Amino acid sequence: MKLRFTVNGAEREVDVAPLARLLDVLRDELRLTGTKEGCGEGECGACTVLVDGEAVMSCLVAGCQAAGRDVVTIEGAGHEAVQQAFLEEGGAQCGICTSGMIVATRAFLEEREREGKPATVEAAREALAGNLCRCTGYGKVIAAVLAAGGETR
Amino acid sequence: MNARVVSPRTLDDALAELQGASADTLLLAGGTDLMVEFENGRTEPRHVVDVWALDELRGVRAEDGGVRLGALTTCAELERDPLVTDVLREAAREVGAVQIKNRATLGGNLGTASPAADLNPVLFALDAVVRLRSAAGERELPCAEFVTGYRANARRPDELIESVLVPARAENERRAFRKVGTRKAQSISKVVLAIAARVDGGAVTALRAAAGSVAERTVLLPSLEQALAGRAPDAAAVESAARSAVRADVSPIDDVRSTARYRRELLFRLLKRLLREVLA
Repeated sequence: MKLRFTVNGAEREVDVAPLARLLDVLRDELRLTGTKEGCGEGECGACTVLVDGEAVMSCLVAGCQAAGRDVVTIEGAGHEAVQQAFLEEGGAQCGICTSGMIVATRAFLEEREREGKPATVEAAREALAGNLCRCTGYGKVIAAVLAAGGETR
Repeated sequence: MNARVVSPRTLDDALAELQGASADTLLLAGGTDLMVEFENGRTEPRHVVDVWALDELRGVRAEDGGVRLGALTTCAELERDPLVTDVLREAAREVGAVQIKNRATLGGNLGTASPAADLNPVLFALDAVVRLRSAAGERELPCAEFVTGYRANARRPDELIESVLVPARAENERRAFRKVGTRKAQSISKVVLAIAARVDGGAVTALRAAAGSVAERTVLLPSLEQALAGRAPDAAAVESAARSAVRADVSPIDDVRSTARYRRELLFRLLKRLLREVLA
């Protein structure tokens, strides 16, 4: 099928199988390899992207379901404050989970801002519960989320 | 994959596509289950009707007798909507990670009919009614009858799940929900349990309980209901009712997530704890 959708603000058109995973469309067709594949079954969050502003696992989204939607990946604009916070707090080791963590953090902070609620430790932990890191614990990741929350508020 | 995949934009187009569909036609909603099945080869798609764009199947509205929930209402929407209350909200909240809740739908939980589905015990215990639509018309049946076996349901190939009516909470009805998994977030249930009950004049006048991950499908617990109906819910009665339900109403298995023995013991304890809450 001809898939037309917006990726990081630009109109794109690609020829894909309707059930191709959005993850593969992004990485293989559009060469946006910042989105990573971890488990491929919706358990790890490494492939998190935004679709119409909501965080989703791109390994679970069929290409046909992205038609006409607005997709933002780690390569897109708007993650800068979160990226900076992850850098400063040391919220990354090997990096495979990091793009997903940053995108999920952005969705979380934007939602908190919309609802006028602060980014608490508990809420941050819940928001990132679907993003697994196999290098280490999550202390510095959560610190980065909270720091980014402070910056964007 | 040489599947025929169609993405209708309206309900009428979807129903037309389903007319004359065969048993291997698959309805694709949020994809949290099916996309994994396709990827690992457990399910070979031949004819897929992608219903995700059908906004007519979204949304929550108050209706006589309860709240009507569109089949495509996501767990995130269930968690947020002020019309969705108590145990259904709790279950939706605990389904999984944010990324999953943004895609996983109410209709998908029912349609996939996984024994571990978290919303289904709630729908069973609350006597929720599912509405199915086809080009020929609509029909309704209790959610507990809609789920017929391991990942099996009563949907005809030409039908889709339109919505679910969740009855309003009756005066003095109390409800409880508990999910136990390996971790608090983003885990598949070892045992999931929902109970709705009423006590009048010291006796149990209504009781409905349903559990997941303890049989090949989500099950009601009739032995529990029979053991307590019309009785004073003292500790001994609750204990013996819970014991008979665990003995007669469930058939858990050993799998990667837990063991049959652990699940029986866990269900027994959860039943006692939740019954204390709702029958107090």
